[in-house]
This record gives sequence, structure tokens and C-alpha cells, in this order.
Amino acid sequence: MQLHFQKQNVDTQVQCYHCGEKFTDVTITYDDKEFCCEGCKLVYELLNDNNLCTYYSLNSTPGIHLNKAVPSERFIYLDNEEVKHKLIHFFEGNEVHVRFYIPKMHCSSCIWLLENLQKINPEIKSSVVNFLKKEVTVIYNESGIKLSGIVELLTNIGYEPLITLNELEKKKSKTANREAIIKIGIAGFCFGNIMMLSFPEYFSFGNYYDQSELKKFFGILNLVLSLPVFFYCASEFFVSSWKGIKQRFLNIDIPIAFAILITFVRSVYEITSATGSGYMDSMAGIVFFMLVGRYFQNITYDNLSFERDYKSYFPISVTLLNENKEESIPVSHLKKGDHILVRNNEIIPADAILRSENTYIDYSFVTGESRPVKKVSGELIYAGGRQLQGVIELEIEKEVSQSYLTRLWNQDSNTEKDAQSFIHKVSKYFTFILFLIASVAFMYWSFSSDMNRGLNALTSVLIVACPCALLLSATFTNGNMLRIFGRNKFYIKNAMVVEKLAKINTIVFDKTGTITHGSSVKFIGKQLGKEEVLIAKAVASNSLHPLSRKICEHFSDEQKLVVQDFEEIQGLGIKAAVDEKTVLMGSEYFVTGNRGISNSRASKVYFSVNGVVLGYFSIDSSYREGIVELINELDKTYDIHLISGDNDAERELLQKTIRNRNNIHFNQSPVEKLEYVKSLQNNGNCVIMLGDGLNDAGALMQSDVGISVSDDINNFSPSCDAILDGDSFKKFKKLLDFSKNGKQVIFTSFVLSIVYNLVGLSFAVQGHLSPVIAAILMPISSISIVLITTITSSLFAKRKGL
Amino acid sequence: MSALFILIGISIIIATGFLLAFIWSVKNGQYDDDYTPSVRMLFENEPPIKENKSIKKSK
Repeated sequence: MQLHFQKQNVDTQVQCYHCGEKFTDVTITYDDKEFCCEGCKLVYELLNDNNLCTYYSLNSTPGIHLNKAVPSERFIYLDNEEVKHKLIHFFEGNEVHVRFYIPKMHCSSCIWLLENLQKINPEIKSSVVNFLKKEVTVIYNESGIKLSGIVELLTNIGYEPLITLNELEKKKSKTANREAIIKIGIAGFCFGNIMMLSFPEYFSFGNYYDQSELKKFFGILNLVLSLPVFFYCASEFFVSSWKGIKQRFLNIDIPIAFAILITFVRSVYEITSATGSGYMDSMAGIVFFMLVGRYFQNITYDNLSFERDYKSYFPISVTLLNENKEESIPVSHLKKGDHILVRNNEIIPADAILRSENTYIDYSFVTGESRPVKKVSGELIYAGGRQLQGVIELEIEKEVSQSYLTRLWNQDSNTEKDAQSFIHKVSKYFTFILFLIASVAFMYWSFSSDMNRGLNALTSVLIVACPCALLLSATFTNGNMLRIFGRNKFYIKNAMVVEKLAKINTIVFDKTGTITHGSSVKFIGKQLGKEEVLIAKAVASNSLHPLSRKICEHFSDEQKLVVQDFEEIQGLGIKAAVDEKTVLMGSEYFVTGNRGISNSRASKVYFSVNGVVLGYFSIDSSYREGIVELINELDKTYDIHLISGDNDAERELLQKTIRNRNNIHFNQSPVEKLEYVKSLQNNGNCVIMLGDGLNDAGALMQSDVGISVSDDINNFSPSCDAILDGDSFKKFKKLLDFSKNGKQVIFTSFVLSIVYNLVGLSFAVQGHLSPVIAAILMPISSISIVLITTITSSLFAKRKGL
Repeated sequence: MSALFILIGISIIIATGFLLAFIWSVKNGQYDDDYTPSVRMLFENEPPIKENKSIKKSK
């Protein structure tokens, strides 16, 4: 206790026992522990009561900062039968299995707590966490606890599940990944065994082996082992190439499927007719390596979603007013003419007409404009805005799917980008040349020697020149780069995007949220007491000026004081009375009477009570760390553009950083942003767009590579090709450079694989491809390519410090 | 040499057994999450019945 006492006196910073947030004045203590807020204390109490304090011993301060208890009515919609049935994925009698996605999960304490939910509520039978997917599967007894109760419990301990319309509508398939692993397993098993059984063939000299019964026996075993590889594991190559043929598109799977088919048919013929031992080992090897390569390339970030749209942003349910009764219904059931209630800070789900007197709507997420718009009764309110007043009543004008914002989304979603990889382009020529060589060899031997030798040459060429190594060079390089990017918190949707990154010559930045992030509020001056904090918050909460709202958000206390004689003077500040004290908040001139000269970037809001100036709030719409250096650096090699939906208050500062002043544009609507990117592309540029919100969504989709910048990668991010964590923003130049290295690696290994192919072909065109040469060339080429690409790309990354 | 026929036959049958075990484990979901179990095994194991007693004791 002594220690705590000292801490309070010396006024050093203490850490909240629950969430680890640093703060100075200790007001909330419980059980000898300090907490930053009531919410954190409540969680601790709950865990303590249920004997779950191991949570705190596994990691120090593992908790999630939780300002206030969540009103329980927020989750009532989950008890709606229809919503419930979409969420739960299995039930038997009273036992219900439900899986939640919990973005806030971050450490082993989280796993421990979430797997011990049954200690808090015995009606929960068990809960199992999948940490990588950030999912928890809860099995509970429906007669004892409702679904809403489970969600409430999770929310109360700080782990609010993310439930969105999107999630409700699609059920993720787990089976695809499992099947890929099984295919690799079977192919690997057969490949290994066939290889082993083929060894006598490779190393037998003399006639002994050729005449023995063993050869026949091994041949039959090889044939049996190759059947599952050919019919099961390789099926996807046949399916994909058949699709390619039907669409008259020469895709990369065609030569592979062809090679597999030819190898198999010729081997079956040789084995059954006892004319040879076939190339089953090569065939199984091709399939095995190709499957591994494909798996490696398709590694995805399960817990990240790149395809989010308005659905994940909209609420799932709304409060419908039905003859003065409130009822919770799924948002998709809204019809024209319905009356709904929208509470403070909720999102307007559909275009609607305001029936209450007036309100303020914050459209910052849609348009980027940070100042709220005032709406009066009878006005049309577009979907997507955030409601800032108490409770308002709306009459639905258009269904969700018809609303303006939704249409904006759908309008761009059909512009499909051509999925033409560098390798695919080359493979066209490769396939063409391959068939040319094969037919030339066939004709030559058919005329000069005999038909049989010609056929031999034809099939040998097709077997040995499988584009296997060629393809692996790209798949493994891109797969490894995807992994390295991911390690640097740059999450890329798929390998195609890696190749596109290397081609970029134009970069378009969005301002708000992308190069600036959030804002920091600091009070400079006298230490504010509890009462003064409450006064400041109360006054600020009455104003809708962006700065007031930032101050308001800065203080977490819930207690509200009554504000009287509130007066907001445009461009100067606020004058109000609280508890019979005159409060002034606003510009330096307004509060202190002096005209100070400010050269700092931060906005200052002065604060005085009863004429005594206490100090000022310094509000910095802070730029990301190292952003100026980054842009200067990028400006040398790339064409930099900046488009912002916000006003041009910061034009001067931004002009200092960007070389070409004509590239800075303010007050851009989402559609204008999209058009801007389009016009850049029409001039032949390859455009990268960095944005963060729904207002950039169209532009992100239109650009060649759309990157969503986010401080919390699990938060909402619009549809994009990649997600960049805010922390890694300063590395962006390095990441771009690295993608260029990747291209070099692919090119080098590509040349190498061509060399391998040439060596193989030189044997094959002679019509005498011994199984040994095929069996040696095939794995060696594949494995060496895999090693070279992985090692060199990792080396490049290491040298760049990624 | 005829021993080879039997031995290779047996070895392949055994190997197939392992392959089947592998397929079963994939289908059973053991490859769905390759991280959480590594953390989970480090937690103290308290059977639920004991747990109730310890709550009573601590109170």
C-alpha cells in the first residue's frame, strides 16, 4: 500500500492492471490494483470472482481497454430466430455450436480466458480457440443461456465478436484447404514409393534385372500407385485446362495436364506391353511438386478479409417502429415506408427521410468530409452516415440494396482486372514452341528412321519439357515474397498482386487516415482536476466542431454536467455556463485576448473557467511517422499524387512535400477519386492507390493495386488488393523495391529452368529418353528452382532489412 | 529373391496405413489450426470438478 501511496504523490505514471494503459491520477483501485477506468475494473472483478486471475499471470496487462459497459439491448437482435440460424453452425437438441470472429484476440492470455468461459457461465459447455483465424467456437446449452447472452459475456470481458452481414451470408468452406493437404499427402506418398520401386531400374546394369519377375512386379505396383495420383491428385490440372480449352484461352495448366496425360499413357503402355518401365516416377513427381507449389502460393490470411464491402460496415439489425412497439429486425428486411429508430452513433442503413425534428449526420466515412451535416425534418438522408444526436426516427425511402452508397459499390465491382501474369504470357510461347519442337522431332524420326522412334521422340519431348520448373520459379518466389511481406505487416491478397507491384510507376495517396492518422489531444497548462475535465467535456460535447469532438473523445468519463447558455461563435469558440461558472473554449484570441503567432502544425483550443486561463488543448492531426521522408524518397522515382475528400486546410504543408503541385487535389468525392485514378490509368500509368475508408473504395478497386492502410488490420478495411499496417507505412519504399527484386529472382530462375529444359530436350529429340535421365532431371530441376528462389528472395529481404 | 515380393508387399501395406492415418488426421481437423495447440499445451490443466472445489476453498 505504501508504494501505491508514493506513486500517487509523486504523480508518476502508473499502468492499468487490466489493459496496460498509462495514466497519472489514480482514482479507481480495487484489490490493491489500479485501473484506468470503470470498464477495466469491472472486467477484473468478474474474472476475480470466477477465479480466473491466471489471465493476468500469463502475460502482464493482457486486457483490452474497455471504456464503459455495453448496453445489453445492443445484442437483442441476435435472439431473432432468423439471425440466430444464420450464425450458429450446428445444433442438436439444446446443445448449440456457434463460431465467433474476435478481432481483438492477441495473446496467450486471450486464448486461456476464451477457453475458460465455462467457468464464468456454467451453461457454456466448452469453447475452443483458433488463434490464427481469431475464432472461438462456443458450445452452449440453449436452455440456460441465449445467444445474445454469450455475445454480451464476450463483450463484457473485452472480446466483442465482429458480426457483420457479410459473415452471415457466406459460410466459409474449410474443406478446400483440407483437400489440398490430402492431395499433397497422397501425391507425396505415391511419388516416394514409385521412386523407391524404380531404383533398381536406374541402377541395374546387365540383363539380370530386365529378365527377372521383379521388374514386372515393380511395374505393376508403380501402375497401381500412379492411379490415385493421376485420377485424384492431378484432377484440378485437367479441370482447369479443360476450362481453358473451352474458353479458347491457352492457360498454363494445359501444357502441364498434357505432360501428365502423355507421361501416364505412355507409361501404362510400356508397363502393360512389357516394353519398358515407364516414367511413372516423373509423373508423380510433377504432380507432387506442382501441388506443393500451388499450396505455397495460395497461402492466404484467413483472419483478414480483402473482399469486404458495405455489408460489413452496415448494422445487421435495426429497430423497427411497429405501431409504437420497438422490434428488432434484420436490415435486409427493411421495406420502403418502414419507420425505424436510429440511436446515437449508429449508422444509417438505407436512404431514408428524417421524421424527427433535426439531427447531425457525420458522413466522414463516405465522403471524407469531417464536419457533420445538419439535417431537418423531411430531408433525405443517405445511407452510410453516422447519426450524432440522441434518437431519431426515419422513414425508409429505398431498400438497402437500392441505396446510393450500395449502388456506388456495385457499379464498380464488375470491372474485372485481367489476371495476366508474366509467366502466363511466356507460357503461351513456351507451349507453342514445345509443340513445334515435338512435331519436328516426330516428323524427322518418322521419315529418317521409323514411326516408332518418331512417337518415342514426340512423347519424350512432351514429358521432359513440362513447364514444371518454369512455373515453380514464379509460384515459389511469389509465395515466399507474400510471406516476407506478411512478416512486415503488409498483407497481400494473392501472388498476382506481387507481380503487379513491381510494375507500378504512379502512387496516389489519400490524405485522411492514410498519411495522417487519428489525432492526438494533449492538454498543456495547469493540471486539470476532475471537475475541470468534466466541464471541458460537457462543453465540448455540445459542439459539433471537429476539434470539439476530438476533445470530447479524449475524455472517457461518462458523467455529464448540465450546460447552460451555450453559444457557439463561428470561427472563434464556445461560450457556456456550467455550474454557474463561465467557460470559454476556442481560439487564443477568443479566450485570452492575445493574438499569438503559431507556427506549429497542431491546432490549439484554449480553455478558461471564470476568466482564469487554464491552458490549451493541443490537437495534432498527426502525420504518420516518417511520412514526409517517405514521400520525398518516393517522389524521386515515382509520380506522386494526393487526393483528399477533406477541405484544403493543410494545402501549404502538403505542397512542401510533393514536388508537383498540380497533383494535389482537395474536396474530392468518391466518384471523382475513382475518375482520377481512371484518367491516370488511361494515360498509360500503372497506379497504386493507398486509401483507408469507404470513400476510397471505388478508387482502390479501380487502381492496379489498391492498398488499404489501417492501424488495426482487423478493423474495417474496404475491398482491396493488400492491407498495409500503419506501423509499416514508413517501410513502404523498401517494400516496393523488394517487389522489384522479386521480379529479378523470377527472371533468373526462369532462365535457369529454360536451361534445364534445353538439356532435357536435347536428350528427348533423339528419341532415346532413358527413365533415369527423366527421373534425375525432373526432381533436380524442381528442387533446385525451389531452393534458389526461396533463398535469393529471402536474401534480398534480409539485405533490405525487411 | 522371392522374399522381396512379400517384404515389399508388407512394407507398402504398412506405409498405406500411415497414409490413411494422415488422411484421417487432416479430415479430423488437426491441420486446421497449427498454432493454438502449441500455446494450449502450456496451460495448467485443472479438471472442472476440482476447479469447483478450489473456488469454494478460496472463498
